Amino acid sequence: MANSYYDPADLRKFGKITEWSEELGTKFFDYYGKVFEEGALSAREKSLIALAVSHVVKCPYCIDAYTKDGLQKGITKEEMMEAVHAGAAIESGATLVHGVQMMNKYNKLSM
Amino acid sequence: MESILPKKKAKKPMQKSLKARDNELAVTNRQLEILDGGIFADGELPYFKDKIAEIGHFPLRPKKLEILQINVGYMCNQVCEHCHVDAGPDRKEIMTRETMKQCLEVIKNTGAHTLDLTGGAPEMNPDFEWFVEEAAKAGIKDFIVRSNLTIIRANKKYHHLPDFFKKHNVHVISSMPHYTRGKTDKQRGDGVFDKSIKALQELNARGYGMPGSDLRLDLVYNPSGAYLPGDQMALEKDFKKALDEDFGIQFHNLFAITNLPIARFLDYLIASENYEDYMYALVEAYNPAAVGNVMCTNTISISWDGWLYDCDFNQMLDLKVASKVKHISEYNEDVLNDRNIIISQHCYGCTAGAGSSCQGTVA
Repeated sequence: MANSYYDPADLRKFGKITEWSEELGTKFFDYYGKVFEEGALSAREKSLIALAVSHVVKCPYCIDAYTKDGLQKGITKEEMMEAVHAGAAIESGATLVHGVQMMNKYNKLSM
Repeated sequence: MESILPKKKAKKPMQKSLKARDNELAVTNRQLEILDGGIFADGELPYFKDKIAEIGHFPLRPKKLEILQINVGYMCNQVCEHCHVDAGPDRKEIMTRETMKQCLEVIKNTGAHTLDLTGGAPEMNPDFEWFVEEAAKAGIKDFIVRSNLTIIRANKKYHHLPDFFKKHNVHVISSMPHYTRGKTDKQRGDGVFDKSIKALQELNARGYGMPGSDLRLDLVYNPSGAYLPGDQMALEKDFKKALDEDFGIQFHNLFAITNLPIARFLDYLIASENYEDYMYALVEAYNPAAVGNVMCTNTISISWDGWLYDCDFNQMLDLKVASKVKHISEYNEDVLNDRNIIISQHCYGCTAGAGSSCQGTVA
């Protein structure tokens, strides 16, 4: 067994999850592939969304995968960093907006 | 007070070729050892031979010959990091007029419809213009010169090239790794982007690349790093939009070409510890539908010294055709077309995704 939870080489083995549950694995990868096809949003736009979400969910595999995917699609590092900031802003905003709950509670408890 | 801004990076000195550096990869056998060994030898990844055998394509055989690709020399004004030719100003291998004459005989009698001149920078061969003039007389349907663009601006003696190309109705195919300056210069050297833009504008001014124009101008994109090219059509759309909006530049098609793991690109992959991941990515992206159309099935590649190869990549690995006819001096199309194509693991580069060739995707 590896002595760390994350091994970059494990990303290559992602497809193997199908071996232990073929039906669900196949359904997942079909769905996944479909999601990232060109649609109302371009594959390029979806790649940037995926990169931002990868950071928010803090998935090292996804960050590796969508940095590479962005390079393949000709996305610049400036665009990638802006996407990461968009994710980070939402995440910090999500924390901060709970400040209103704190304020409400404070006010309710205070005379 | 010390500035808080990061220090400006010093200008990178121009690299030398692997050959000039005496790099071990300048020996083609060493490259083949790497491609046949490691993750392939220990069974982690399948050999290319076994993959194409699964679909009945082994041995790989030529179809009708369509393209004669002639490499007129390895000398180049640039030293691009990914170059599979290991070209550069220090390379002295240049096709002589005598070999060109042998090529002309072949061009006059070939069944191929396309003549494709490449290098190095083909324009740096002192007999380049003579050769183009003579070859144009053969009336071949599509006459391509692979120009790196910057050569046109490199020296006054090349400034007339756009007019020269136009005069002989040459189809210009040029490399452009990205529509932004940073990425282009990182791969190809400082200042390459601005010079390339200027050269493209000059070609446009002569009608090259304009919508509906017969003067063909296509661009070649290949990734500046250890990743595969994305969708060719999507990239073409992005390139067209950006180059038009920013510089008013027009071109016809974009060819997305995969970097093959040989020569300087192989050196880069190994040095940056990306080799295994890259090979995994190539094998994972293997597309059986691309196998039947790989360029070695319709192309003959001729080196500066007249040897014959299945493709430009095999030329750089010094894998001469497996035929009785091995040299331009003894050229015989029928004999040559009855051969098995030599393959190794670099061939995965041409079958990944939508496939890759000097003419872009193949599947």
